[in-house]
Amino acid sequence: MNSLPNSFRSGPDERGHFGIFGGRFVAETLMPLILDLEKAYADARVDASFQRDMARYRKDYIGRPSPLYFAERLTEHLREISVASGRAGGAKIYLKREELNHTGSHKVNNVLGQILVARRMGKKRIIAETGAGQHGVATATLCARFGLDCVVYMGAVDVARQEPNVIRMEMLGAKVVPVQSGTRTLKDALNEALRDWVTNVHDTFYCIGTVAGPHPYPMMVRDFQSIIGDETRQQMQEAEGRLPDSLVACIGGGSNAMGLFHPFLDESSVEIFGVEAAGHGLDKLHAASLTGGRPGVLHGNRTYLLMNDDGQIQDAHSISAGLDYPGIGPEHSWLHETGRVTYLSATDEEALAAFQLLTRLEGIIPALESSHAIARVIELAPERPKDHLMVVNLSGRGDKDVPQVGDILKGRKK
Amino acid sequence: MTTRIDTRFAELRKQDRSAFVTFLMAGDPDPVTSLAIIKALPKAGADIIEIGMPFTDPMADGRVIQAAGLRALKAGMTLTKTLQMIRDFRKDDDSTPIVLMGYYNPIYIYGVEKFLDDAKAAGIDGLIVVDLPPEEDSELCIPAMKAGLNFIRLATPTTDDKRLPAVLANTSGFVYYVSITGITGSAAANSAAVGEAVGRIKRHTSLPVCVGFGIRTPDAARGIAERSDGAVVGSALVDVLSGSLDAEGKATAETVNAVAGLAASLAEGVRSAKSG
Repeated sequence: MNSLPNSFRSGPDERGHFGIFGGRFVAETLMPLILDLEKAYADARVDASFQRDMARYRKDYIGRPSPLYFAERLTEHLREISVASGRAGGAKIYLKREELNHTGSHKVNNVLGQILVARRMGKKRIIAETGAGQHGVATATLCARFGLDCVVYMGAVDVARQEPNVIRMEMLGAKVVPVQSGTRTLKDALNEALRDWVTNVHDTFYCIGTVAGPHPYPMMVRDFQSIIGDETRQQMQEAEGRLPDSLVACIGGGSNAMGLFHPFLDESSVEIFGVEAAGHGLDKLHAASLTGGRPGVLHGNRTYLLMNDDGQIQDAHSISAGLDYPGIGPEHSWLHETGRVTYLSATDEEALAAFQLLTRLEGIIPALESSHAIARVIELAPERPKDHLMVVNLSGRGDKDVPQVGDILKGRKK
Repeated sequence: MTTRIDTRFAELRKQDRSAFVTFLMAGDPDPVTSLAIIKALPKAGADIIEIGMPFTDPMADGRVIQAAGLRALKAGMTLTKTLQMIRDFRKDDDSTPIVLMGYYNPIYIYGVEKFLDDAKAAGIDGLIVVDLPPEEDSELCIPAMKAGLNFIRLATPTTDDKRLPAVLANTSGFVYYVSITGITGSAAANSAAVGEAVGRIKRHTSLPVCVGFGIRTPDAARGIAERSDGAVVGSALVDVLSGSLDAEGKATAETVNAVAGLAASLAEGVRSAKSG
């Protein structure tokens, strides 16, 4: 077991390592650019005008702060279950409403930051990978806003199951490239984006959508997403006069979770839960890298990965395209090994049930990704007392999933 | 310590010519055919043989080499079998240098120490690992040097004079200059620009500089050989291999000859180069 650090918030080190995780495992062609980016971001971070721009666009363009909403009917529902089964009474549940952001998810928080950094670096062409399409839509949106060329790589399987987002990206002027290689999902979109980057390294900025990739991306994306946790802290103080008792978020690469968790990592009273996608079940095809994988090296960093004994990356599966990735951000791997964050999982079926429950009880249609977090809340909340304050990151809205879920539910009625 | 790579370049210097370096994927299209192909390469004129270690996610490779890796994996190739294949090759050939090329994860999972022991014992001379830049030298580069294997680094058009010393610091055997910014099998290299880049690298090192990416024809191989210490050809050979397969992607009676035939004409191109 690793010895516990003095702070869980001080990483990464100058080589981009969180414990043994992270690093810069990229082809030489990209290395000079990654070092340039590291410097450009370090400059931006301490530049008051960059911070001013971030604050202004967050407020007026994204629509931040996003509300911290007391989910009264979900809370009541789970309290009834808690009492009926003789348990602790049931936590008070708050939803951090990232789905109300412009473009419909937390992804835009990170894209705004990266696009402002890209502008400082004089880059005119932006590339991105996307799974569910939420990161692609956010990237296409900000490229439209700033007049930048935008190419989005998306696995051909995902193009088919997330069609509304493909149409949105194209309307926004982005070129969507369906990726036919490998398993034709998010990991292959990432490979293809890296191939584009290595080819067009001189004018292209790679806008990575999650807390993964070579240093400085995991740190930079985390910093841009930490607005979620910073706001939550302040909003909970205003609502309840204290810190929350627990945090719950879904994890594919893990950017919405890292954004919520990071500001609270050194608050030892706060329990933190990440929820991976268990797909058809952990003994079958799934996307739960921490639960079912082991440390390896892919896409520029060392982290937990799903792979076979020969080090070949295995297919991930999740009902939600955004979680369908065989890896996870390196800082999560480190938080897992240090034990600071507890990582759970939810199956496709559990996510579908949670999707419907939240829709009916709160009139909020969650993204299938976020539904994984709700699925674990359904079990965690009844175990806790009534004065327990639980925050769930509602990372995205479910509009994009309506056709897919509609088809699944219709199929079952027949 | 001298490896077969060092010995080979010393011989080539005496002959006043550049090296012809071939790349093929281990186990493509199946382990038996793959071994037969690499056994045929020295006779066809290959001076150094690079062997790809198949990986599911080859981020720096184009379609041709991606497909080769997937064919090999489908045929059951593993890193263990790749090492076995080199042991088998060494039974008849103790002089042709063998360089393994690929990505770090399969090596990391095999275990670095065990891999280096087994690779050395199998008769492997050098390693090229695409996703290990100098910033990660402690992972494999330094242990490989200690184990007596050459760690051959890629230098690229984006590796400027400021960065070159870091890239060359722990490089041995030769320097592999990637002639384009891009993936394998894409654009053709401009031989004038390549000559300039090789000259720039040579101002920083006394190691041989071989050039790869984008070399497809005997003429192109000659042009590169005239401006460097070696021309590396990969995708063109894999393309010919792929074209010789049947509809199910299985080897045919033509497969070994097709690859050896192209290798021979490329070797002819390299050998016809005027020495620089």
